[in-house]
Amino acid sequence: MRRKQVLVVLLAVMISPAWLFGAGTVSGKVTYTGTPAKQKTIDMSKEPSCAKQHAAPITTETVVTGANNALENVVVYISAGAPDESSAPSQAVTFTQKGCQYIPHVLAMRAGQELKVVNDDQTAHNIHPLAKVNHEWNKSQPPGTPPLSEKFEKEEFIPVKCNVHPWMRGFFAVLKTSHYAITADNGSFSLPNLPPGKYTITAWQEDYGTQAQDVTISGSETKTVDFSFKAKPY
Amino acid sequence: MRAVASIFGITILGLSLASAQNGGVSSGYPTPKGNFTNSQQRGHGLYLRYCVGCHGTYGDGNGENAPYIDPKPRDFVTATFKCRSTPTGTLPTDEDLIHVLKTGVEASGMPSWLPLSDQNRADLVAYIKTFSPRWQSEKAGEPIKVPAEPPVTKESLVHGGELYQKMECWKCHGQQGRGDGPSAPTLTDSKDQPIRPYNFADGGNDAHFKCGDSNQDLYKIFMTGVDGTPMPSFADVIQPNDAWDLVHYLRTLQTHRRSKENEVLKAAGGKIPVKTTAQ
Repeated sequence: MRRKQVLVVLLAVMISPAWLFGAGTVSGKVTYTGTPAKQKTIDMSKEPSCAKQHAAPITTETVVTGANNALENVVVYISAGAPDESSAPSQAVTFTQKGCQYIPHVLAMRAGQELKVVNDDQTAHNIHPLAKVNHEWNKSQPPGTPPLSEKFEKEEFIPVKCNVHPWMRGFFAVLKTSHYAITADNGSFSLPNLPPGKYTITAWQEDYGTQAQDVTISGSETKTVDFSFKAKPY
Repeated sequence: MRAVASIFGITILGLSLASAQNGGVSSGYPTPKGNFTNSQQRGHGLYLRYCVGCHGTYGDGNGENAPYIDPKPRDFVTATFKCRSTPTGTLPTDEDLIHVLKTGVEASGMPSWLPLSDQNRADLVAYIKTFSPRWQSEKAGEPIKVPAEPPVTKESLVHGGELYQKMECWKCHGQQGRGDGPSAPTLTDSKDQPIRPYNFADGGNDAHFKCGDSNQDLYKIFMTGVDGTPMPSFADVIQPNDAWDLVHYLRTLQTHRRSKENEVLKAAGGKIPVKTTAQ
């Protein structure tokens, strides 16, 4: 029995690309220089059912920062050189409207992957992705209705808004690759399981735009790639 | 003098013949000789004569009149169209576009183009479809099914009124449908231009909806959404029969328009018992 288990593990290791090529990792941190614009406080008094969900008034999330100039909500992904991944994961990604906020503020997904949109609020929202490469659509989701199921077929960073609650703004990052990460509150990211090769790593921030760097992975190594954005004061 | 008179006579004769036959119009502009089909070429000439001032040379809605127009002219490059029989996010059918050319778009700068012939309208549609590559890679959406309209009853008005509350239509359109709901002042279209919600109470006996004036048109407006504007599609959250009840209720918000809905409302005492949500 034990021998059988060992065999299964050995087989799994042998067929994994990581064993064949050696899997590298690109990790790093995204920071800013200068002074970012002060985020605006949101007045939700017109929507009491949402306002009461927040102990203190929340702010816009165009630029979210952490300690040591860390930049949160930055999408870091492989924009060139990623191994071809033909099919999107079967598991859906979820975008939740709660307290008249989008959670998460930036949601990344593979092109063709199922997107579930959930309304956890006691008010109706309309989900309005302002797509240009994909198709713009606009759907109402009153309270208590089931999640909406959607997908986007082409790579694009799509602003999402709710017209009823104009402070609700978020982004869908639709990517061709599964090798992506969204920076945490300390600005860090990690892109594991990269076979040897030359890659372009791109970082996208909704207000500051994109930056790209090339990196070469030659085995099971970890390369550090850091990004620094110049903050817009206004 | 005689020559002038005969030219005048011929002109009058020509004009009356044209109007008698409704043969449409020709643009008077030279048409390009590119890869266009004959229909697209004719449409291009008509476009330069009638549409370019607002929709622009490149079809992007930036014609020379555009800065003075509210709401802004359609951008044919994005191929996002307001009035469709097809689901939100899909391309309209040719019939949808022809319908808009016939009826115009209410409360906007887009007039109806009834003097054009059917062939003129078909040519214009063929031409405006050259502005976006979407027309090459995609088919028009499948038109939504509109079931036969049930009779208007007091009950359907009451149920429609309940839906108006439940779907929170009043958030933008207001409790009386006057376009003055709490979200109305902050609404913007997809190009961040301020936009007003439709005011049902405005207009007299000939009041039109945004995309036509029949009950079927109204059904399609909220079941497909008005793409490019804040008005979403309710197709996922309203069942077809419930949708008819909402149509009947919305008609009663057109207080100055004679309709079977307003007659039923009058017979019911002029008021229906709808509990309004706190505003």
